[in-house]
Amino acid sequence: MFKSLKLRGAITLIVCLGSLYFLIPTFISNIPSPWNKYVFKEKIHLGLDLQGGMHLVLEIDTDKALETMMERTSNDLKESLMDNRVRFRNLEKTKGATISMELTDPEGKNALENVLREHYPDLEIESADPRENGYFVTLKFNEKRANELKKLTVEHSLETIRNRVDQFGISEPEIIPEGNNRILVQLPGIKDPERAKNLIGKTALLEFKLVDDENSLEEALRGNIPEGDIIAYGIRADRSTGERGSSPYLLKNKTLLTGASLETAKVQIADRFGDVTVGLKFNSQGADDFERITGENIRKRLAIVLDGVVHSAPVIQEKISGGQAQITGNFTMEEARDLAIVLRAGALPAPVNILEERTVGPSLGSDSIRQGVLATIIGSLLIFLFMIVYYRLSGAVADVALVIQILLILAILAAFRATLTLPGIAGMLLTVGVAVDANILIFERIREEMRTGKTARLSLDTGYDRALITIIDTHITGIISAIVLIFFGTGPIKGFAVTTIIGLLASLFTAIFITKVIFDYAMWNFNIKKISI
Amino acid sequence: MSMELIKPGINIDFVGKMKYAMILSALLIVIGIGSVIYHGGFNLGIDFAGGSIIQVKFSKNVSADQIRAAFQSTELKNSAIQQFGANEFLIRTHHSFSDQKMLAVSVEQPLTTAFNKDYEIRRVEVVGAKVSSDFRSKAIIAVILSWLAILIYVSLRFEFRYAAGGILALVHDTLIVIGAVAFFNMEFTINILAALVFVIGFSINDTIVTLDRIREIVKRNPKQTLSDIINLAINETLSRTILTSLTVFLTLLALYIFGGAVIRDFAFALLIGTVAGTYSTIYIACTSVLLFEKLQPSKMMRKQ
Repeated sequence: MFKSLKLRGAITLIVCLGSLYFLIPTFISNIPSPWNKYVFKEKIHLGLDLQGGMHLVLEIDTDKALETMMERTSNDLKESLMDNRVRFRNLEKTKGATISMELTDPEGKNALENVLREHYPDLEIESADPRENGYFVTLKFNEKRANELKKLTVEHSLETIRNRVDQFGISEPEIIPEGNNRILVQLPGIKDPERAKNLIGKTALLEFKLVDDENSLEEALRGNIPEGDIIAYGIRADRSTGERGSSPYLLKNKTLLTGASLETAKVQIADRFGDVTVGLKFNSQGADDFERITGENIRKRLAIVLDGVVHSAPVIQEKISGGQAQITGNFTMEEARDLAIVLRAGALPAPVNILEERTVGPSLGSDSIRQGVLATIIGSLLIFLFMIVYYRLSGAVADVALVIQILLILAILAAFRATLTLPGIAGMLLTVGVAVDANILIFERIREEMRTGKTARLSLDTGYDRALITIIDTHITGIISAIVLIFFGTGPIKGFAVTTIIGLLASLFTAIFITKVIFDYAMWNFNIKKISI
Repeated sequence: MSMELIKPGINIDFVGKMKYAMILSALLIVIGIGSVIYHGGFNLGIDFAGGSIIQVKFSKNVSADQIRAAFQSTELKNSAIQQFGANEFLIRTHHSFSDQKMLAVSVEQPLTTAFNKDYEIRRVEVVGAKVSSDFRSKAIIAVILSWLAILIYVSLRFEFRYAAGGILALVHDTLIVIGAVAFFNMEFTINILAALVFVIGFSINDTIVTLDRIREIVKRNPKQTLSDIINLAINETLSRTILTSLTVFLTLLALYIFGGAVIRDFAFALLIGTVAGTYSTIYIACTSVLLFEKLQPSKMMRKQ
């Protein structure tokens, strides 16, 4: 390596001071005023297993999003076909995001193809079976469009979840896409995991639909649902008993307005009972629509449906202008606040499933830190003692290198904002063990050389030379297996792998370079004839 | 005088005892496989099997039976309950509580009924079937990939006959660790997998040291028989082989004793791996060089 001892000494000194610089905020929490401007600001970033928090892997049901999209398309298509005088019947959205219909005209297929070409470039004919006087046709999204829609769905979901988490007020959340349709969410320091899950996983699809009062609800409940109607249930709470029951509504399936038309939503304390409601304000287009809808349907009931549940269905007394509405429904303050957040952030374009959840409470996290630090200190002390007892002064030199190694690992973690996890602490301790290995290899080699009668200086140099290649080998194999783990790993394990790699690199530097600098310095200055080893 | 655990000039006939070593290794591996069969397959943790873990700490004395009784009429009645420290328990079930209300209903309500508020849920882990099957295939890939990566590296650095011995030792160590996990019926978790991959990267270390030495002596002294060279190399490096393992062993022991329950299995697997790695360096890696040599004499030996 470098011949000049001065240069090598300077490098060692810079590394040590640099390490300390990056560790200032980790070890000193309150830096007095004029100084705190000049120092590094990041503490070592602790993993969820150490600081407590929640790790979620969500799956976006993109197929469901396609279905919804196809449902909407099928309604538009009906109108387009009628406008273009294509004769059809039984057009409906079928399973697997397809549309099926019967064309009741031998020329129908050409006509359909024309309409598709002109207005629906995203659709293609999946199959067309000739029938008597026509065809039975199924349509689907073409491959490219389907993939595009799925991708958009994931992007939109990601954005929505980010918005919600931001508004919920969690510091340093991590929300990143994983694979095709998964999202990884990390929420450090979360206090109420159930609430957070609810906030993230709620679809929050807000719809306004008319109640069908012309047809009989009883009849519909018996199974005769009128065409274009659906049955939805509402949660009704008894004010005196507080019991919650559900009551059915017969609704027109057509959605008049959705949460997409909202400008904002906020919590309001509504009436003399102190009930909490969520106040909605529509954007200008939404306000116009709302005014028109209420104007056209006076004396009818308008149901406010959230994720398929009817929250209320008040009678429209008059045309409502100004674009304001309310959702009532016996909320607690927290529920209302969270609902306002999800409505502001917007609906998820598709349902999400929680595939994996790991929540660690803050008390377990701090226990883990305490135990991890204790194990590190005791493990390191054992090694320190062993080295001094077994190799005396040389052992002490190795021990100095070990201290620098630990500082260096922590400093690199802080500087690169890498995450320290409990397995990461274990990894750090392990690499300390590996670093001592390197010194043992060198020292044993030096002893061997001295036994052959070489001078102290020659033994030292030969020992380092001979051991070097072996040490590099052992470090590289360790790094290789850690890299394999990075590709595999989830949070804590990734932390183990990263810390191990950093530790091994640091070990190469401290166990070989720094110890040699110290030995050379001692040799140079004290004219040593015999090494204490 | 320096302190010496292993005196220089030590001369143990390792190669001569090769037969016994092979019997011992075979025996250990058979016991391991037998344990897997005896326990009806691996005791896969939720990472690989799917399910839920709930770690609960009580602020008063509570027994596992009391907890089991509390869960009598819930989804958790067949769950495994394991003591995890003082008044701390792990409740493990194959249900994955993907539904948000289920946890409250199946865990918190019965616990509150039975123990008032004298408990704290410290950790909840839920892994669904999709993720666990992903993890299973990834785990197998990770182990094989690390074997391959090390094989490639060692083959680049050494002749194939050395590399083959090293890899044989790795496979041996992996099997021993897996066998030990099965023998003690420990849960096979992601942490155990990480330990396994680390053992693969680490146990090759002493092997490399000793193989390096074999190569060095072969160069220095090509007339000697290979079995003498191997014996000499093992003896010359014995001190460092044992010392380096000893230091890693000490750090792991500290981790095992003081690192807390969460990391204990991980430390245990690493401890086993370290011991197995040292043993396999001496008896598997080096002696198998001899074995491969008999099968296919190297160029260097043929020249003589």
